[in-house]
Amino acid sequence: MDDKHDAVSTPPSIASSRRRFLIQTVAVLPVAGSLAACDRVADGNASASTTATISTAGADSHCATPYQPKFFKPDEWSVIQAAIDRLIPADAEGPGALELDVAAFIDKQMEGAFGHAATWYMQGPFQPDATPLAGYQSPMTPRDLYRTGIAALNNHCQAHFGGKPFVQLTAAQQDRLLHGMDTGEVTFEQTSAGHFIALLWQNTKEGYFSDPVHGGNKHAASWTMIGFPGARADYLDWVAQPGKVYPLGPVTIEGNT
Amino acid sequence: MANITKPKVDAVVVGMGWTGSIMAIELADAGLTVVGLERGENRDTYPDFAYPKIADELTYVQRSKLMQSLAHETVTIRRHASEAALPLRQYGAFLFGDGVGGSGVHWNGFTYRATDAELKLRSHYEQRYGKDFIPDDMTIQDWPVSAAELEPFYDRFEYVAGTSGQAGNLNGQPVSGGNPFEAPRSRDYALPPLPTAYPSMLFEQAAREVGYHPYPTPASIASKAYTNPYGMQLGPCNFCGYCELFGCYMFSKASPQTCILPALARKPNFELRDRSAVVKVNLDSTGKRATGVTYIDAQGRTVEQPADIVALCAYQMHNVRLLLLSGIGKPYDPATGEGTVGKNYAYQKNSKIPVFFDKDVAINPFIGSGSGGVVYDDFNADNFDHGPLNFIGGAITFATVTGGRPIAQALVPPGTPKWGSGWKKAVKDHYLHSFAISTQGSVMSYRDNYLDLDPTYKDAYGLPLLRMTFDWKDNEGRMTQFVSHKAADVARAMNPKPTSVAINAGKPGDHFDTGPYQSTHTTGGAIAGDRPDNSVVNKYLQSWDVPNVFVAGACSFPQNLGINPTGTIGAMTYYAAKTIRETYLKNPGPLVQA
Repeated sequence: MDDKHDAVSTPPSIASSRRRFLIQTVAVLPVAGSLAACDRVADGNASASTTATISTAGADSHCATPYQPKFFKPDEWSVIQAAIDRLIPADAEGPGALELDVAAFIDKQMEGAFGHAATWYMQGPFQPDATPLAGYQSPMTPRDLYRTGIAALNNHCQAHFGGKPFVQLTAAQQDRLLHGMDTGEVTFEQTSAGHFIALLWQNTKEGYFSDPVHGGNKHAASWTMIGFPGARADYLDWVAQPGKVYPLGPVTIEGNT
Repeated sequence: MANITKPKVDAVVVGMGWTGSIMAIELADAGLTVVGLERGENRDTYPDFAYPKIADELTYVQRSKLMQSLAHETVTIRRHASEAALPLRQYGAFLFGDGVGGSGVHWNGFTYRATDAELKLRSHYEQRYGKDFIPDDMTIQDWPVSAAELEPFYDRFEYVAGTSGQAGNLNGQPVSGGNPFEAPRSRDYALPPLPTAYPSMLFEQAAREVGYHPYPTPASIASKAYTNPYGMQLGPCNFCGYCELFGCYMFSKASPQTCILPALARKPNFELRDRSAVVKVNLDSTGKRATGVTYIDAQGRTVEQPADIVALCAYQMHNVRLLLLSGIGKPYDPATGEGTVGKNYAYQKNSKIPVFFDKDVAINPFIGSGSGGVVYDDFNADNFDHGPLNFIGGAITFATVTGGRPIAQALVPPGTPKWGSGWKKAVKDHYLHSFAISTQGSVMSYRDNYLDLDPTYKDAYGLPLLRMTFDWKDNEGRMTQFVSHKAADVARAMNPKPTSVAINAGKPGDHFDTGPYQSTHTTGGAIAGDRPDNSVVNKYLQSWDVPNVFVAGACSFPQNLGINPTGTIGAMTYYAAKTIRETYLKNPGPLVQA
């Protein structure tokens, strides 16, 4: 498909002050996580004094222990959360990336073969400025790209937005930045903004739509939204019923419906 | 220097995908001692492809679990000899199958036959359109086989694979509902066509209305329970939607595992060694005879396997690379046109025509099989008048919904934002109500599209990578534009009427972009021909230079076809195996006199 888009889109979002508050506050508070705090977060009544350090932001109302990132550091984690919340925001159409645990998905990917580029050809010499027709030519693994990309993004924000980090920008400012990185209007000195946003969007989409066994797509909610039955994988009876609406909701690899 | 030398065998087979499995079982069946060497892991339907773990888009598609690790070996690519080639670092344009079964595990199952207009391509075009119709830089040439010669072997492969389809020409008699352009076949497909899913139904009705000749796609996916000539049993496909790029958990899609390997494993004169990466074909002091192969085993030891016959049955590019690494044949030189190894690398030129419907039209894209569907050949091969068109070749046009994998297959209309709420709404609105028509087009061979060894980049063993020099030519740009607009006409004729139709097709002037996936149907580099000066192998896939080396696979195609390659690859391999058994073994030596 042609992925080109016409203009920066900043539709009104119910992402709202509570969600933004969550992302921003979790980054700056000391570790003080508790299940009780988690409940209040989910209820939307969190205050700075009771919010857990790291929130899953998509936790059930009874809220298990919040996900503890292994790869991302706290300030990086808040940037990832804020960015994926812009890439796939929550709105009236359906869930956003944040509450489907896409950030946790990305963190887990960083700890596995993908994060380490284990199956990529990574021998030099490298020609990172080669024609785009040559595909990815950087020596950076996904782990490298996230680490350098997040730092560069924050540096860029602080230089251009009066010392504010990415998480403190408005949604519209964040959207313009992310699109600018994609179109090449925003570049970084330390790393490729284009590679970084391409990886972030790829992983966000993967975490949103892949089987929940990988840590994202919580409760297969994205599948329910679009009507994908997931791992049902048995439709012989339905081939013979052309045009009929398929009635069953999704099932996951682990058998959850 | 080999650490280990194994006892000599009659035949060593390099690579255990379709061609290796066919060659191994046919030679073992003739009583030869055969060793099959596969550099990937062994695997079988159970437990490797078992449900529910196989139903995992992230693992199998996004992370390419069934594919060769590029960290071990990749290919370098440049568009022109003036550029420095760069390695394919992540998967993009094509995929390298890996492990026992090779690409025969993750393939879709499309199993077509070529016609004489395609096999006798240069002669055919010269005769119908005149010699001047073929551009000077187009190095197309005739295959050394005819459709009639290959017919028994197409038949053999289809019956081994349990191919489901509808004959269009039985012994010269047209058959209603089949492909009117097909070459005569001696009998029906092994199985009747798969049931037609709704999107393919819409395509079929529209194509017929526009005046074309749609027919069921020939699919090596069982439509019914089936037992093949080796006694292997397949069960009917359930349209699970995890077929293309996956192993089949249902024993329905034909693969070496479902059709050959268990029968082969029962033969005491066959031995499979996985995790054994062949790095060289060894030659005697004359350079005219192979003495066996050298491989690296899982522990990194160098092992020599002596053999009287060496069958190279790896992926197209790997076969060419092994010939170059072994010094078999003369490398092709694009400056002089001399040499043959690496010559006539070609590809396929494909397009998509996404079709979107209203929300009351339930397309249900998740109901899918790799190759069930409907296709027409009206603009493939030379089934239409090229005289006014200024291009050579054509494409098949088909509607096969392979699955509704949401990460990679969800369609959104042109103009949709790349991400954000607008993107999400578009995916939600269109997921259940869209599908794409596909075209798959031929690519001609050209003087400056070729393969050789890279001077800079090495594999995990320190051996040179294969280097591809390839760019699109305007002939293919014109072809894909023509067939794609015809396909869009069909889309617009559908009932219910689409709300929008998009055309995602290349055009003249495009350069080869290694990033987006396009096709794994790479061809050429060890082409078959009628003379040693124009080809690497004869029609029995036998090396002109080293007659006890046979080279099977799409590397033998002199240029690429619009159809999928596997039917022809299987037929050529069965033809070679039969000739080895019946002729070569009695009198080892050249099967065609130069």
